[in-house]
Amino acid sequence: MQLILNGSPKETEEGVTLGQFLKELGLPEKGLAVERNLEIVPKSVYDSTQLEAGDRLEVIQFVGGG
Amino acid sequence: MNLSPEQIQRYARHIMLKEIGGPGQQKLLGAKVAMIGAGGLGGPAALYLAAAGVGSIRLIDDDDVSLSNLQRQILFSSEEVGLSKVQCGEKRLTSLNPDCKVSAVNHRFAPENAAECIGDADFILDGSDSFQTRFDVNQFCHENNRTLISGAVGRWTGQVSVFKSGRPKNEDAQDKLPCYRCLTPQLPETEVSCAEIGVIGPLTGIIGARMAMETVKEITNAGQSMAGRLWIYDALSGDSRNIKLPVDPACPCCSSN
Repeated sequence: MQLILNGSPKETEEGVTLGQFLKELGLPEKGLAVERNLEIVPKSVYDSTQLEAGDRLEVIQFVGGG
Repeated sequence: MNLSPEQIQRYARHIMLKEIGGPGQQKLLGAKVAMIGAGGLGGPAALYLAAAGVGSIRLIDDDDVSLSNLQRQILFSSEEVGLSKVQCGEKRLTSLNPDCKVSAVNHRFAPENAAECIGDADFILDGSDSFQTRFDVNQFCHENNRTLISGAVGRWTGQVSVFKSGRPKNEDAQDKLPCYRCLTPQLPETEVSCAEIGVIGPLTGIIGARMAMETVKEITNAGQSMAGRLWIYDALSGDSRNIKLPVDPACPCCSSN
């Protein structure tokens, strides 16, 4: 199925969870937030969040400067 | 307390707004705000809040003005390099608006001195330069039921949100509002202060002014609160968006589990 990741199409398997998808991408766990269809997904529910075709995902880097 | 003739003149452009008016201006004059970090974000936020007639501002910062601050920290001038940020800020804000009582708190905010730093301020603006401080401020606001207006910058990106953790989303909702740790549960592996990664100057003005904007809205109950939403601005693309921010059921700060 196709997702949109940071604005670009991305193919992944049907039924994949957000946790599995992020592992596939090899992204670090800390310092990032994930936005799915304009809503932040809490880190504790990554593994129970099943992705669906057409989902728009954005990986957001935290900023902490002032 | 009635507005004086000078105050009616000073705040005329606020008073004519139906969402503010005389009552809203009086709320601003009675409001107590604390600013954690008097730098790139705290400076413009404090300037706008003082100009808007916020009655009490506590500036909390233990830094002195340095030359590398002046590319973005518009609260200070070149002659002030080497002087205490909060003392310079107090002088500048008081001369901008004598209605604003400024307290210079020359400490670094930490859990041990949190109550002393914050005092009786109801609205806490976090424009600090460290994730650990942001975690500590969030913890204090959660435990003490204060409204947290949070802004952050790095390189070309900025984020703003309001946190009223533990409070209901609306009058009859069971759902609670999130805290900062619902967004950022763990400390990132590396600190990402402006000194380490850089920041484009005007971005701090945009984010600091947006923090002041949301603070004015919280004080006067104008419009829609940013609680439960996060605003992200990317200066390079020019894009910005609001994202929904739910409670993390396993949040290390505000979860009851």
